[in-house]
Amino acid sequence: MKIRSHQDFWTGLLFAATGAFFTGFASSYSMGTAAKMGPGYFPFWIGLLQIILGAVVIISSMRNSTAEERIARFDLKSLVLVLGAVVLFGLLLKPLGLALTLFILIAVSSLASHEFSWKATVANAIVLISLCFAVFVWGLKLQFPLWPSFFQI
Amino acid sequence: MELLANLQVGFATALTLQNLLYAFLGCLIGTLIGVLPGLGPIATIAMLLPATYALPPTAALIMLAGIYYGAQYGGSTTAILVNIPGETSSVITCLDGYQMARRGRAGVALSTAGLSSFFAGCVATLILAAFAPPLAEIAFKFGPAEYFSLMVLGLIGAVVLASGNLIKAIGMILLGLLLGLVGTDINSGVARYSFDIPELSDGIGFVVIAMGVFGFAEVLVNVEQKEAREIFTNKLSSLFPSKADFKRMIAPVLRGTTLGSALGILPGGGAALASFGAYTLEKKLSKYKAEFGKGAIEGVAAPESANNAAAQTSFIPLLTLGIPPNAVMALMIGAMTIHNIQPGPQVMSSNPALFWGLIASMWIGNLMLIILNLPLIGIWVKLLAVPYRYLYPAILVFCCIGVYTVNNNTFDVLMTAAFGVLGYIFIKLKCEPAPLLLGVVLGPMMEENFRRALLLSRGDFSIFFTRGLSLTLLLMALALVVMVALPAIKNKRAEAFQEE
Repeated sequence: MKIRSHQDFWTGLLFAATGAFFTGFASSYSMGTAAKMGPGYFPFWIGLLQIILGAVVIISSMRNSTAEERIARFDLKSLVLVLGAVVLFGLLLKPLGLALTLFILIAVSSLASHEFSWKATVANAIVLISLCFAVFVWGLKLQFPLWPSFFQI
Repeated sequence: MELLANLQVGFATALTLQNLLYAFLGCLIGTLIGVLPGLGPIATIAMLLPATYALPPTAALIMLAGIYYGAQYGGSTTAILVNIPGETSSVITCLDGYQMARRGRAGVALSTAGLSSFFAGCVATLILAAFAPPLAEIAFKFGPAEYFSLMVLGLIGAVVLASGNLIKAIGMILLGLLLGLVGTDINSGVARYSFDIPELSDGIGFVVIAMGVFGFAEVLVNVEQKEAREIFTNKLSSLFPSKADFKRMIAPVLRGTTLGSALGILPGGGAALASFGAYTLEKKLSKYKAEFGKGAIEGVAAPESANNAAAQTSFIPLLTLGIPPNAVMALMIGAMTIHNIQPGPQVMSSNPALFWGLIASMWIGNLMLIILNLPLIGIWVKLLAVPYRYLYPAILVFCCIGVYTVNNNTFDVLMTAAFGVLGYIFIKLKCEPAPLLLGVVLGPMMEENFRRALLLSRGDFSIFFTRGLSLTLLLMALALVVMVALPAIKNKRAEAFQEE
């Protein structure tokens, strides 16, 4: 047996693992009976179904008739920069306020572009931050911490 | 004439200044994101869902619906001018639309797309208005067993009609169902899979999953690619089709509208499938077979009318049964629940102004779109020139603000980033994420109806097979599975999606 479709192999593994996770924890909740189901009943069976399905996908990924397929390369740099910028936004919004955090989000995520330049990024940031303040803060009156908390005493 | 009276209520609602404004806004945003490749209606509606909090429910739904069908118009503009489909539903329009543009008939192609869409939209709106009430009548007869079976049919339909690997698609649905179960169980009050994290006890927000898996993952994939676009804007002089063009358009538009309306209602159907089906049909029936792929006007008219018709009739299962036929409609359910409207057959009787207002607004929206699109094409084309490096930080900004404002909670932002990673993995593993979203929405509903049905039957599973309506629905689901499993059809299906 040799893995022929790497995509399917990992998909199957992902399915089986999540199925096992949900089924495993479902047994720690009360199962109940079919007539009076507990919170564990439905997730237990759906999880089990998912494990079986995962196994099927794994097996079919090794069949000789399956076309050979490799997984396209992960662009880790963009992944870390783009989603890292989002994580920073989540962590810094409360302490630093909207204006600064948006700037960090835009600056860090822009680094992922193939054609990055500071000038363009700063210009883009100024436009976007003004737009956000106009639409969300003054227009829709949504509640945000706006400025760093240490400014307001 | 009850229909006329109902439509009158609808127009009275839709024609208020506020609702007109939001319909216009929705169409404008829809066209905009339709034009911009790399930003689809799913991500946009998820992004704007929180912003509709402050609006009255009718205005919010009118705007979100406008985004959806507006995107169908906008998507075709880029398909014709740049050979880049702005939306998946306009992939087919690229084939002949772009060829027409290369022959200096870009203007004609654009107005053909616009006029066919407008005609189809009008017809589909009427179909929606005529068919929704009788369907809602049937829906009232549904018990929990029927609802469960209907959802099974819906989910099976969604994978059968979707492209790609069938088993993987079912796995994605199950994954969605499981994710939908996270949070407090309403019957027992037990917090499931929340691991003492208070933010998880309310469940994983729908917006969080949608935005992570669609919004962020799309950005990641687009950032990877280097930019290269070639825009066809040289001659937009003659906008209007000639008499001969009109003659050739009529039959394809009628056929496209019919096919699109039918496919839109089906679970898993929707705009993309409809446009593909209409193009294939036209290619078989047309007198000008040889011209297809080289700029046949039928190749633009038929798919464009079909995708717009389908976009509109896919509201039928949502509004009458409360069950979403595709991922965009799943988001509309999210929007309705945010505004405390329980989707289902009772919407029509309890909220007639909302129901008929939404339908009437679709017709008005279509009119707005044609006015918006034809004279303003120049502006849309200019927008295409906005480089992606300016665009994606903006998408991220709106996503982050959108997620945060749902619960004023930064934990949700972090979770969305995690789902972004998951979405990126899905793309690399070639797993279509749309069924996952359907699963997330339907998970809790399915469990609830499954439980209730078995409670009524005292644990007897035969309740799903002994009630006629429920049995019929399950048999239909089974028939779909068998159909796809048959080798002959399996090959046809593979072939069909290959062409796409």
